[in-house]
Amino acid sequence: MSGKVKVATTSLAGCFGCHMSFLDIDERLIALSELVEFDRTPITDIKEVGPCDIGLIEGGVCNAENVEVLKEFRRNCRILVAMGACAINGGIPAMRNSFDLKECLEESYVHGVGVEDPQIPSDTEIPLLLNKVHPIHEVVKIDYFLPGCPPPADTIWTFFEQLLNNQPVEFTYRQIHYD
Amino acid sequence: MSAQTATELSDLLLKQWNRDPANLLQILIALQRDLNHIPNEAIRYLASELSLPQSVVEGVIGFYTFLHRQPRGHYDLLFSDNITDQMQGSRDRAQQLATALNVDLGATSEDLGLSLGYTSCIGMPDQGPAALINGKTLTRLSKERMDQIADLIKQQTPVDQWPEEFFTVEDNIRRRDILLDTVLDKGAALTSYLSQGPDKLLDEIERSGLRGRGGAGFKTALKWRFCREAKGEDPVVVCNADEGEPGTFKDRVLLQSYADRLIEGMTLCAAIIGASQGFIYLRGEYRYLLEPLQQELQKRRDSGLLGSTIQGHASLDFDIEIHLGAGAYICGEESALIESLEGKRGIPRIRPPFPVTQGYLGRPTVVNNVETFIAAAMIADNGADWFRSRGTSESTGTKLLSISGDCARPGIYEYPFGTSIQTILDDCDATNTQAVQVAGPAGMTLPASEFNRVIAFDDVPTGGSFMVFDHSRNMLEAVQNFADFFVHESCGFCTPCRVGTSLLKKRLEKVIAGHATGMDLEKMIEIGHLMKTSSHCGLGTTAANPILDTIEKFPLLYDERLKTTSFEPAFDLNKALDEAREITGRTDPGAYVEGGGV
Ligand SMILES: Cc1cc2nc3c(=O)[nH]c(=O)nc-3n(C[C@H](O)[C@H](O)[C@H](O)COP(=O)(O)O)c2cc1C
Ligand code: SF4
Ligand code: SF4
Repeated sequence: MSGKVKVATTSLAGCFGCHMSFLDIDERLIALSELVEFDRTPITDIKEVGPCDIGLIEGGVCNAENVEVLKEFRRNCRILVAMGACAINGGIPAMRNSFDLKECLEESYVHGVGVEDPQIPSDTEIPLLLNKVHPIHEVVKIDYFLPGCPPPADTIWTFFEQLLNNQPVEFTYRQIHYD
Repeated sequence: MSAQTATELSDLLLKQWNRDPANLLQILIALQRDLNHIPNEAIRYLASELSLPQSVVEGVIGFYTFLHRQPRGHYDLLFSDNITDQMQGSRDRAQQLATALNVDLGATSEDLGLSLGYTSCIGMPDQGPAALINGKTLTRLSKERMDQIADLIKQQTPVDQWPEEFFTVEDNIRRRDILLDTVLDKGAALTSYLSQGPDKLLDEIERSGLRGRGGAGFKTALKWRFCREAKGEDPVVVCNADEGEPGTFKDRVLLQSYADRLIEGMTLCAAIIGASQGFIYLRGEYRYLLEPLQQELQKRRDSGLLGSTIQGHASLDFDIEIHLGAGAYICGEESALIESLEGKRGIPRIRPPFPVTQGYLGRPTVVNNVETFIAAAMIADNGADWFRSRGTSESTGTKLLSISGDCARPGIYEYPFGTSIQTILDDCDATNTQAVQVAGPAGMTLPASEFNRVIAFDDVPTGGSFMVFDHSRNMLEAVQNFADFFVHESCGFCTPCRVGTSLLKKRLEKVIAGHATGMDLEKMIEIGHLMKTSSHCGLGTTAANPILDTIEKFPLLYDERLKTTSFEPAFDLNKALDEAREITGRTDPGAYVEGGGV
């Protein structure tokens, strides 16, 4: 196994769409697996991240656990990548930022349609929510940003190809613009 | 106010403004004034009568700070929030009033019918703290005066019964040179035009070297010539009296005490380019000057110097209409100003075409600053040599400076171009000066080591703002004030400026809070350069200047506050769990996270 580049991925406040897009590189996954070894990812189901070369982060930071995981990734990954709109801007989850946290929770757990025994959950097993959802670069230093919701498989593939070949990361217009 | 009244009033205003969609903004300003807001009925009615989509009317209302869809109080009080106002205690005065009346700043109190808030510089830094009440200017707001105002509001005394002296605006002219000292007889510039003809006069203005006084410094004769030679029909003369650059008030003084010269200059321009229609675009903050200016226009009409057959010449037919702005700094940019004159949102146009070929309603248009028109009129009467007797070869004549901040004698100073910053500081009795901000937030921040530099287009150019800061001031507060100003005034049309101004504001706050690292400074410089190179108009290309300038020239301001770590989060991580902890009442270890960077 030695000599392979170690890669870890995780989804914070995301929808896993970015990970699905990653899998959409299809048969190129085989070529990729020749070059890299996966550490913590939803694919390997490894729970703790170890020392890695590259970390891919999907989703923004919405709760205490996200903060811890993201910091753990930063401590362990040489290169950390914000993958997708949510990681870069907060994305869909950040739409709650125009409301108070209390309003959001009450909407779901107190006033929601069909709610029985209305109460805001409080359990040490459940990570506490942050007042607002933040992009990941507001919590740790990020080295690369891959825009898109999700970034297309081709963009993710190009990114790996160039990075693994020690080339400067460059995209064609269509790979990172969606107008 | 019932629906019918709003519709009736709209109808009246439509008649007054010729049912012309280009006058939409003026109609909305009048509605706001009479009804404290613009009701939906009026929006629907105006849209249908002017054949505009309702969304366009709503879009215009949304763009201008002084237009509202929710009722403001019948006392609508806005404190001028420029740094120089703050230095005179404006924030304390605002708080004093809020406390005395038990209302929140930034909110409307139904009981008292009072809306209380802040607004960008209203052009009174020589006699601040200042505020606008229902659009009228209040000056010299001392603690005592604030108490009086609190009583007047408690007693619900109408604003037009408040003591006259609250509204006094002094000229404060401290130094006069050839422009303010030379007498211009009514009509003298026009007489000169009639005897010399347009070509000779244009040559004379060209020879004078006159360049625009609004900031950009374009050669005035060239602009007029372009417009005169432009293909389009029916050219237009526009005076830019928007004076939105914080710390500038020289146009205010000219409009208040030299309006006749301004009208003369505009009429001269009209004669040269063949225009019959002119506008003065007066910033909403100078609403108090509207009636006096209208009287000046009428006086000129009565003496045959404005209107049809000026000085008995049938070929000279020119009149001027005043349009008000409504609290948008960007409308000082000439193409945004033209959009606003056409009744639209003040979004800067793509140029070319330039206004001289396609301006107001597509017609060739000259836009000049107040001071420029006055200088042109004076040159027509006194000749180019008179003008060139002051200044330098590239920057001829004199410049009016609006001096405010830490000096004993704030006010208007007329200087020949080429005068050094130090001389100016000495004249206005500024001592222990740490820095001077020239040309407003978009201009230059000069440290003492650069006080030997001179006011000139090729050294320290300026539209007229000159703000002095002594060593007791924390310059970062000024920088932050400017950063906030640009966030508020960015028109939002292009991303580098709309987003960039907010990013800079946030990073600066991080620096001030002591959470920033060297990386944040690098990012600020990077964002600043991006804004400079990729923004659509002059606001965005200059908005980063105060930050870039102070990082370079006052590095200690920043370095002292930086952390030595390589990265710090943008917000307090643990504090961001406050609300959740409060809602759930949790105190277990999992309810806290460690702050700081990795
Ligand atoms: C953001 C911005 C604000 C401006 N504000 C003013 C203003 O308040 N008054 C003014 O005369 N020029 C202002 N200008 C400059 C005008 O665009 C224009 O150059 C000027 O009115 C031309 O007149 P002048 O040649 O007589 O200076 C502004 C420019 C920008 C980019
Ligand atoms: S960027 Fe889009 S695909 Fe990726 S996590 Fe966010 S919502 Fe899902
Ligand atoms: S630079 Fe700023 S003010 Fe100018 S057009 Fe862009 S957003 Fe508007």
